[in-house]
Amino acid sequence: MSEVTTTLDLRRVEAEATSKTTLGFWTYLMTDCVLFAALFAVYAVQHGNTFGGPDGYELFKLPYVLVETLVLLISSFTCGLALLALQKRDKTMVLTWLAVTFVLGAVFLGMELSEFHAMAAEGNSWRRSGFLSSYFTLVGTHGLHITIGLIWMAVAGTLAWKKGLTASIHKRLTLLGMFWHFLDVVWIFIFTVVYLFGSLHL
Amino acid sequence: MKKRRILLGIWLVVAVFLAVAGWYISRRSLPIFQPAGPVGHKELNLILFTLSLAAIVVIPTYAIAVIIAMRYREENHTKAKKRIKYDPDFDHSRLFEAIWWGIPIIIIGVLSVVTWNSTHTLDPYKPLASDKKPLTIQVVALDWKWLFIYPKQHVASVNLAEIPVGVPVDFHVTSDTIMNSFWVPALGGQIYAMPGMDTQLHEQADKAGSFMGSPANIAGHGFSRMDFTIKATSQDGFNAWVKQARHAPKQLDAAAYTALAKPSESVPVTYYADVKHDLYNDIVMKYMTPQSGTDQ
Amino acid sequence: MIGFATEWLGRLSWHAFPQATVTRGAAIGIVLGGLIVLALITYFHKWRWLWREWLTTQDPKRIGIMYIIVSVLMLLRAGSDALMMRAQQATSVGTHTGPFSPDTFQQVFSAHGTIMIFFVAMGLMFGLINLVLPQQLGNRDVAFPFMNALSFWLFTAGMLLINMSLVIGEFSAAGWLAYPPLSELKFSPGVGVDYWIWSLQIAGVGSLMSGINFLVTILKNRCKGMTMMKMPVFAWSVFGSMTLVAFSFPILTVALTLLYFDRTFGMHFFTAGGGGNAMMYVNLIWAWGHPEVYILVLPAFGVYSEIMATFSRKRLFGYTSMVWAVWGIVFLSFTVWLHHFFTMGAGADVNSVFGIATMLIAIPTGVKIFNWLFTMYRGRIRFTSHMVWFMGFVFLFVSGGVTGVMLAVPAIDFQVHNSLFLVAHFHTMVVTGVVFGYLAAISYWFPKITGFRLHDGLGKIVAWCWSVGFVLAFFPLYALGFMGATRRLDHYDASLGWQPLFIVAAIGALTIATGVVFQIVQLIVSIWQRNERRDITGDAWDGRTLEWSTPSPTPFYVFTKTPVVTERDQFWADKQAGTVQRGYEDILLPKNTGVPIVVGGLALLVGFGAIWHIWTLVVLGLLGIVMAIIVRAMNDEPEYILTAKEVERLENARKRKLKEVMA
Repeated sequence: MSEVTTTLDLRRVEAEATSKTTLGFWTYLMTDCVLFAALFAVYAVQHGNTFGGPDGYELFKLPYVLVETLVLLISSFTCGLALLALQKRDKTMVLTWLAVTFVLGAVFLGMELSEFHAMAAEGNSWRRSGFLSSYFTLVGTHGLHITIGLIWMAVAGTLAWKKGLTASIHKRLTLLGMFWHFLDVVWIFIFTVVYLFGSLHL
Repeated sequence: MKKRRILLGIWLVVAVFLAVAGWYISRRSLPIFQPAGPVGHKELNLILFTLSLAAIVVIPTYAIAVIIAMRYREENHTKAKKRIKYDPDFDHSRLFEAIWWGIPIIIIGVLSVVTWNSTHTLDPYKPLASDKKPLTIQVVALDWKWLFIYPKQHVASVNLAEIPVGVPVDFHVTSDTIMNSFWVPALGGQIYAMPGMDTQLHEQADKAGSFMGSPANIAGHGFSRMDFTIKATSQDGFNAWVKQARHAPKQLDAAAYTALAKPSESVPVTYYADVKHDLYNDIVMKYMTPQSGTDQ
Repeated sequence: MIGFATEWLGRLSWHAFPQATVTRGAAIGIVLGGLIVLALITYFHKWRWLWREWLTTQDPKRIGIMYIIVSVLMLLRAGSDALMMRAQQATSVGTHTGPFSPDTFQQVFSAHGTIMIFFVAMGLMFGLINLVLPQQLGNRDVAFPFMNALSFWLFTAGMLLINMSLVIGEFSAAGWLAYPPLSELKFSPGVGVDYWIWSLQIAGVGSLMSGINFLVTILKNRCKGMTMMKMPVFAWSVFGSMTLVAFSFPILTVALTLLYFDRTFGMHFFTAGGGGNAMMYVNLIWAWGHPEVYILVLPAFGVYSEIMATFSRKRLFGYTSMVWAVWGIVFLSFTVWLHHFFTMGAGADVNSVFGIATMLIAIPTGVKIFNWLFTMYRGRIRFTSHMVWFMGFVFLFVSGGVTGVMLAVPAIDFQVHNSLFLVAHFHTMVVTGVVFGYLAAISYWFPKITGFRLHDGLGKIVAWCWSVGFVLAFFPLYALGFMGATRRLDHYDASLGWQPLFIVAAIGALTIATGVVFQIVQLIVSIWQRNERRDITGDAWDGRTLEWSTPSPTPFYVFTKTPVVTERDQFWADKQAGTVQRGYEDILLPKNTGVPIVVGGLALLVGFGAIWHIWTLVVLGLLGIVMAIIVRAMNDEPEYILTAKEVERLENARKRKLKEVMA
């Protein structure tokens, strides 16, 4: 016959699972930090290797980049608003702010792609020099992360719309928020090290 | 008893084998153990010093391992003749920890100081102390041979470089292909040969002889067939060699260099009577700015 | 027509099939072998069983077994490469050119190194961690079972890709780390380096996921009462190793990606001209590469700790010291990468600092050795095959450590860098450290996995063959290094007198191969004799840690009730006190899912497309992966509950069956 028997406390199990997922995601973000750090290191080594071509001072348009940056920063803010609405379990506001964040993110991406396209059309593509290879890769990797974030946002938003604010969707949106803010922080570094320093001839 | 005899037999075989191997190796050329110059000598001394230092830890470690393994075997515990202590919870000792953290720290500490000093003394970029004027040789790693340019003597050679005994040699090394490494074990040390970069190696031969040179970084198809020779002779011998090279039929102008740079293996020793001015510099610099045919 | 061809075939053509006899033979062998396996599975109608029990499983014990099977197959593959290399170098002297052309030889040694590190050592390690770690922590599973399965299938996709290079195309001839400019398009125009890049990239993503997974497992999946300092030392070593994985694998991802960009999109990260910097690659790849070797060896050290304590019937000496040593090694391993290229000309100050940092690692490593020896001290040592592995390790690894300290002195390194002395050194560390450890581990935990022990007498022969074979195969290389022999040569002059030493090395390699043959014999004999070798209690070796408290083979639910821990080596303490932890509880288990294997397959297609420039395949593959993830995300019920009653029923059935087998 059975001795000590215990039944599953699903609430506790759920809380433990959320705690694990959150820790796991933070760990992933740390590894992403290392990834970006390596790309920054590459950029630092190569930012002067213009191989006779243009450098950042000649290529970067600071006002344009400033607008890009503001768009992304505001999107981070609206993402925060979405998460606040999530705490209040206000489904409509969550979806609204999420949609605004998505639009702003898409605008950021569009601006970035447009900048890339313009540079490439002039002949200053990633093939031109080591400097440009590292520039396109560093900024482009950030853009790739933004794209993944947008896909994630669309899927999570659709699921939230269809199924409501379940515990699992709550968890996913929180992680998405972490991801989006992380990308914002990385962008601050990119803005400073690549665009600002570049334009100041540092 | 039979087990012991088998074991003894095995140790005997091992001992004989090691003796034969040791005898064989001692009869061969071990350029690292038979250095021909001051750099090689210092490096050998470092090897022997480090080995000795390591032996201080390693020999007792081996002894302890053998003693403990033999003594505390299960069979010994059941044999009444030995009183072997069994202490299943003995799992820490401040004294032991102090010893095996402490002694290695001291040894590594000593070795660290020696490392700092020797790395600076034996820095390949550091010119050797000498009252003689150094000889400059520019080395270009190609696919799959080594070009030696003597800028002051206005000669060049492939796969063989002569140097005078007792004179410090400033090697400047680059590559016009992939990353390779310029290694002459008997003289001591090596330095990477990289396109667009100019690295340095300072050497000197203190006795005459022919010394093997080896490429020391995987370089493609012909990697195994690009060994070279550094030959050290008397000053007169060297002068004669230079003179002989100046009578070579070919000159290393731009066209000749382009032809030479094309992939080839097992290239025989070749001489060039004159070298295009600043050829080495051009080879290094051509990777720095856009030029036709170098973008890749 | 041409447009269609490039759309769907990229740069694939009939010329992709191997031309050289040896490669052609190997390719045919692999394809035939694979087809035979598929035919057998079909003949015995095992597809459904395979899919249900293995291909869609999220059980870490099953995943662990699959890792080990793949790794052992790859050991045979890369081991054959080694035999080929020894054959070449023993015969290609003077006027003879040996059995292989330079091209083939260079691909063989590149494949040997790459496969051994990525698909043998990493695979064995992840397999063992899957099998052992959860149970040692008193739990049933890792933190993220889905990601665990995904990691395995990505690992397998990488393995398939690298073996595909034998059949379609060629492999890299640029060594296991593919330094540019040699690995750039200009000097390696074929697909070889791309195969190298993509098999590592895909497997690397799997490894990174495993790193995160096992880290969270250790931090969050310990049973009640198991504080960090009550964990087994194996768990600590895994913790250290996975930390290294998390911090170093992203660097590999970057290095591989940038090299691919150079080769495919005409970028200039590492090219000789265009503003590229090949030295930057060397730095990036070794910033990953050095931690990688510690990733491999730390769990092996953990294995030795477990084996020592069990077979000496004694507590592990210096637990706290061992934990500090692990973290010392973890920290230091990030500070030494430059010692792999002292000869690149970084200058005396930089070289000295890295040299000194490198020698410092000898200290915590030495501490571990002494802690193990003093675990044996005043113990009651049973000299099973596991202890033979350990003794071989002690003598050989320490000698390798000495050569390591020598190499750490830059001025010494200038003489032996890239020579066979270096090759002998790192093989000593990896073979006697990592491989001996993992082979001993497989033998140690074999009863836990299968329910019966391996034949120990044969196991001792195996360990001796490997140890003696290792000495014969690699000690001549130390001498050859001093004789001026550089590594990776496919031919050398007769006058150098190197050949006899290469012949001895070849005999050594054959001795190791004999050891492998004995391993296969051992397995067959043990399976044949499994009823006599059965492990009835689950505690095959009178062990100390929690995994020995479960039955052998471990049922899929592992513990009927997760244990409660109050001290280190709780199981040993329970045995001394005569108590047994029992009880039944409801268990939440993950359901099987086909998404991981599907994603693995799609990743394989993406890799193949990226190699052959079949961009449609790449795009479709990536889209497929995104969709698979979305499908998974929409799965609201990925788990099921196994009630306590059901567990009790299964447990009773298991005990009944065991009685029948033993009768």
